[in-house]
Amino acid sequence: MTVSPALFLLPGVLFFAVYVIIPIIQSFYISAFEWNGLGELSEQGEYVGLRNYQELFTDRAFEVSLWNNVKWLVLYLLAIPAGLFIALFLNQTVAGIRIYKSLFFFPFVLSQVVVGLVFSWFYLPREGLLNAIISFFGFEPVNILGDPTLATYGIIAAGLWPQTAYCMILYLTGLNAVDPEQVEAGRLDRAKGWRMLWYVILPQLRPATFIAFVVTIIGALRSFDMISVMTNGGPFGSTRVLSFYMFEKALSEYGFRMGYGSAIAVVLFLIMLVFILYFLWTMVQDERASRN
Amino acid sequence: MSKILTASVVTAAMVAGGASADGLSGTLRIISDMSNPTPRAVITQLAEDFDAMHPDLTVELEVIDREGWKSQIRNALSANPPDVVNWYAANRMAPYVNAGLFMDISDMYANGDLPGLDAVKGALTIDGKQWGVPYSYYQWGIYYREDIFNELGLSEPATFDEEIANCEKIIASGRKCYSIGSKFLWTAGGWFDYLNMRTNGFDFHMQLARGEVPWTDDRVRATFANWRKLIDMGAYIDDHQSYNWQDALPFVVNGEATAYLIGNFAVPHLRSAGMTDAQLDFYQFPQIGDYPMGEDAPTDTFHIPSGAENVEAAKAFLQFVTSAEVQTAINGPEGLGQLPINANSQVAQDEFIVQGFDMLSNNATGGIAQFFDRDFPAEMAALGMEGLQEFMVFPDNLEDILNRLESSRQRIY
Repeated sequence: MTVSPALFLLPGVLFFAVYVIIPIIQSFYISAFEWNGLGELSEQGEYVGLRNYQELFTDRAFEVSLWNNVKWLVLYLLAIPAGLFIALFLNQTVAGIRIYKSLFFFPFVLSQVVVGLVFSWFYLPREGLLNAIISFFGFEPVNILGDPTLATYGIIAAGLWPQTAYCMILYLTGLNAVDPEQVEAGRLDRAKGWRMLWYVILPQLRPATFIAFVVTIIGALRSFDMISVMTNGGPFGSTRVLSFYMFEKALSEYGFRMGYGSAIAVVLFLIMLVFILYFLWTMVQDERASRN
Repeated sequence: MSKILTASVVTAAMVAGGASADGLSGTLRIISDMSNPTPRAVITQLAEDFDAMHPDLTVELEVIDREGWKSQIRNALSANPPDVVNWYAANRMAPYVNAGLFMDISDMYANGDLPGLDAVKGALTIDGKQWGVPYSYYQWGIYYREDIFNELGLSEPATFDEEIANCEKIIASGRKCYSIGSKFLWTAGGWFDYLNMRTNGFDFHMQLARGEVPWTDDRVRATFANWRKLIDMGAYIDDHQSYNWQDALPFVVNGEATAYLIGNFAVPHLRSAGMTDAQLDFYQFPQIGDYPMGEDAPTDTFHIPSGAENVEAAKAFLQFVTSAEVQTAINGPEGLGQLPINANSQVAQDEFIVQGFDMLSNNATGGIAQFFDRDFPAEMAALGMEGLQEFMVFPDNLEDILNRLESSRQRIY
């Protein structure tokens, strides 16, 4: 009786251990070494203790990357209200509504790399559509991706486009599950507009909001591909985030510092851990509530 | 192309005394980064010909994207390594040499297996040993619009003052002097290489690359001061930090910028965009200080990984690639369109190749550098080029940039 659940769990546990748990432990271990990734760690690596972490604290590029991660996390959350708004707007029965819905959902189907490319063309300093529009209204042209103070925001805006679509689809599904009787009851009590949304609809959308929050946070922390395509971390490193910086230091063309890269990965992991623990805690709470 | 190669291969085979009889067998695995259309055709043909020359040998060729290879090479060398790989000369190969992943082939140079390579041997030497063979190199210099120079009554400058005087006239005509795309940083490295080699001499530049001089040295500042003259007069195109090097080509083609400091690999692109040899010309980066001219001439190479299984065949392949006939063929106008590395091979009759060859043979007495990101250690190169790009956009940040690079230098070397 006790053996069969363990057996069923075994393949999953095994793969999870090999591909997730053990690499995490290895990252912690490697981060205590200075190693260029060539040859064996035990032979070529030099044990340096916490020196990589000490260096992180004085590394301005790391500081910039960390702040950019914060910007991504905060601004990416805008996808949730934007997605909700579009979902509410599209949640009606008009002829051809399915077409409109799929058009709004379209950006999410595109690869991040394609979105990044399209937006980098949109932002081009001379030929870009954006500058065509703003110069039509008589403003000076801007080079968003070439300006270290604006570039990160430019990439986040590009990222919000598919992310909003994702949140929208989550909310559209959620809206299908909204209990019409409760809405009816709310109507009888003369609730409408914002009050109806806030007190009747939104509480019922709580599961959708939770999922939207989870995928948006994860999306913000995985912003690697867009940065790589749109600015390659530039101009002069101003758009790096931790994952990109880790790649640059450990794995890229000029990156030969596995230990330092691992130290960055560990910091990123600790940031993610905060969210992961929160998600797990919420899910366990929900599970308990539904059992009682 | 293929006919030329085959013909030369036959000669090479005859010269080598019937190479097919030397009993090479098994499989020769080559991983190449020659992924652009023309280089791909060259390496494919080389592999086929080598295969045909040795009936008992099977040549397996895998071509990997040139950019991708820069980060994939380390995996390829550690796990199940092939017999021959492409890479770059000088400090760029140092990590692999130091980790023992490239094979020491000093014996090939010592016992006369590689005739005609004495001049380029230095770029493949680390710790007094040779770790690979070159197969092609190319000059850097200023490619400019001859027709616009004629229209403005300008001539090729020989000194920096003339360069600036020219540039003033170009700007007055509503154009920019130089196109550049610095998104991927290395193009800015080319400018620094030349300005530093001209301001302080080749030897100083190499001392800086080896980490023997602080970045905050007054001589380095003098280099940046010269650079700043160009930046402040508006010599460079705007927004170059958003373009890659190909994006910057149309500025030259459209005549919005008159010149481009770049390697000879840009010429085929300019020609296919419609530039004729009457519109396009080349001059050596002008003199600044009283130093013999140093030049950037990056060398592309073949290496044998130390884990190679068919070493005998790999060595024969390196011999084959570097032989005078094959060098003439693969660097010819229908091949790579670059400079052959074998002293006994012929240089193609091409306006730019001839000028480049002449410049490197007769007026590069200061020395031949590989390029910023090949002469400086990898990490210093990455941080350095980022600083150079920042300087080009915000020259006022110079003090901060130099201090940052200096503290990195103290840590890295």
